[in-house]
Amino acid sequence: MQEALRFQSVDAEPVDRADIIPQARQLRRASEGATRGLSLTIRGLRKSFGDNEVLRGIDLHIPAGQFVAIVGRSGCGKSTLLRLIAGLETPTAGSISFSETPRAQDLRVMFQEPRLLPWARVLSNVEVGLGRERKSADAQARAEHALVEVGLDDKRGQWPAVLSGGQKQRVALARALVSQPRTLAFDEPLGALDALTRISMQALLERVWRDQGFTAILVTHDVAEAVALADRVLVIEDGRIAQDVTIDLPRPRRRGSAELAALEGAILKHLLEGSEDTSDL
Amino acid sequence: MSLIDSLPRLNAPKLPRVDGLIPWIVPFAIILVWQLASVTGFVPGRVLPAPSDVALAGWKLLLSGELIRNIWVSFWRASIGFLIGGSIGFAFGLANGLSQLSAKLTDTTLQMVRNIPHLALIPLVILWFGIDESAKLFLVALGVFFPIYLNTLHGIRTVDPQLIEMGRIYGMTDGELFRRVIFPGALPSIFVGLRFALGIMWLTLIVAETIAASSGLGYMAMQAREFMLIDVVVLSILIYALLGKLADSASRALERLTLSWHPAFQKK
Repeated sequence: MQEALRFQSVDAEPVDRADIIPQARQLRRASEGATRGLSLTIRGLRKSFGDNEVLRGIDLHIPAGQFVAIVGRSGCGKSTLLRLIAGLETPTAGSISFSETPRAQDLRVMFQEPRLLPWARVLSNVEVGLGRERKSADAQARAEHALVEVGLDDKRGQWPAVLSGGQKQRVALARALVSQPRTLAFDEPLGALDALTRISMQALLERVWRDQGFTAILVTHDVAEAVALADRVLVIEDGRIAQDVTIDLPRPRRRGSAELAALEGAILKHLLEGSEDTSDL
Repeated sequence: MSLIDSLPRLNAPKLPRVDGLIPWIVPFAIILVWQLASVTGFVPGRVLPAPSDVALAGWKLLLSGELIRNIWVSFWRASIGFLIGGSIGFAFGLANGLSQLSAKLTDTTLQMVRNIPHLALIPLVILWFGIDESAKLFLVALGVFFPIYLNTLHGIRTVDPQLIEMGRIYGMTDGELFRRVIFPGALPSIFVGLRFALGIMWLTLIVAETIAASSGLGYMAMQAREFMLIDVVVLSILIYALLGKLADSASRALERLTLSWHPAFQKK
């Protein structure tokens, strides 16, 4: 079954390959039972940079294993929220608490840029993701396994410079996954990819999330991406959560379906109205 | 159409042996023209001796052992001076690239000293050290220091901050961060400094040996001038060219070895 679930080459994959085996996947997920993800609770979170208050009081609970997308216009504070959750910034006020205190390797971030070490081969780049455990005996085996997971095991000995943009981002994903994180934060990880590569990467993200059961927090400017992937879409406006939309559609979701389009339209309408409001001011 | 057709043929792989010879076509052509000009009397021998005469002078000096001894002495001075100046420059570059305090403390001073042409110190150096070995080593070390220092510093300061953030997120210790992210990131720039430094190394040494020495290539050239041995003077100059080329090739080989990840060094 593992073999059937694997994408051999995500870049070259037809869009809806995932549809072929939905039942197998659902069975697999059901048999695994409880999720490994961490739940988190945010209370009264504020963040200022100098005089500029970017986040003005966020209250949010994300249950374990949920896939949350955060959308909003640029400069609304969505990336700041993600960086705060990932521990890359310290809050000005308020708190972020996890269901258990996460170890460093439980919390991983994937950025818009792959941020691979150009002077390390693909496999060593993935091993970086093991953090303090990279000296353990099974480090290489785990890194290889993570590369298999993203369908790049044949590139293990390559330099990052020879990979395509999508492949680099898959190596970055393997690096984030290799420590089996319990929360994974994505900061527009697909923002720099072309449209077709994006679609196959979205399928890959959804698959690893379902396989590994981590809590996923995805910041994106693409509303279609948000509604296609997430259980729940948060719209951030002026440093506050303006909308909290639950996407209760069965997976895998068919791109371009009427329900997705309707949800996307509603959220976009809200975002655009918001921008008209500010232009009136 | 015909132009487009010819393009793939232009790019077709050539025999590697032929490829390696191409850079030497121009130097050999120059020597050939020079020889012809001398033989026909177009260039008089007392202005510029024929390449064959220069080769003959070189052969005689080689047999007497004088040439090897002088090249060895110069090579030794160059290497030791380079090692001293290069290590100090590298150490300061690292310290000032990694520590704000160290940079604040020393960078301004170093930048001031940098603007003094180091060859202007020759009179002072002679007063201090006489025409001892230490005088030459001091000048070479001083000349080599700055390109290594500046490029190491620049390399470390321009390492992609996103990679450093990535390293920290993935739990690298300071030592690992330096070894796996900062140093490899700074390496291309350090090599630029190295190649500049090698050029300055020869320049400084030759000037120093010409002015104040009792052995070495520069001294050999000066002695030859005293006795109007113009073929030996030209020989010395040609040896400088070869030694410079050798040093450059060595640093390039090292570069290819350590920067094989870099797109510019990847073999097709």
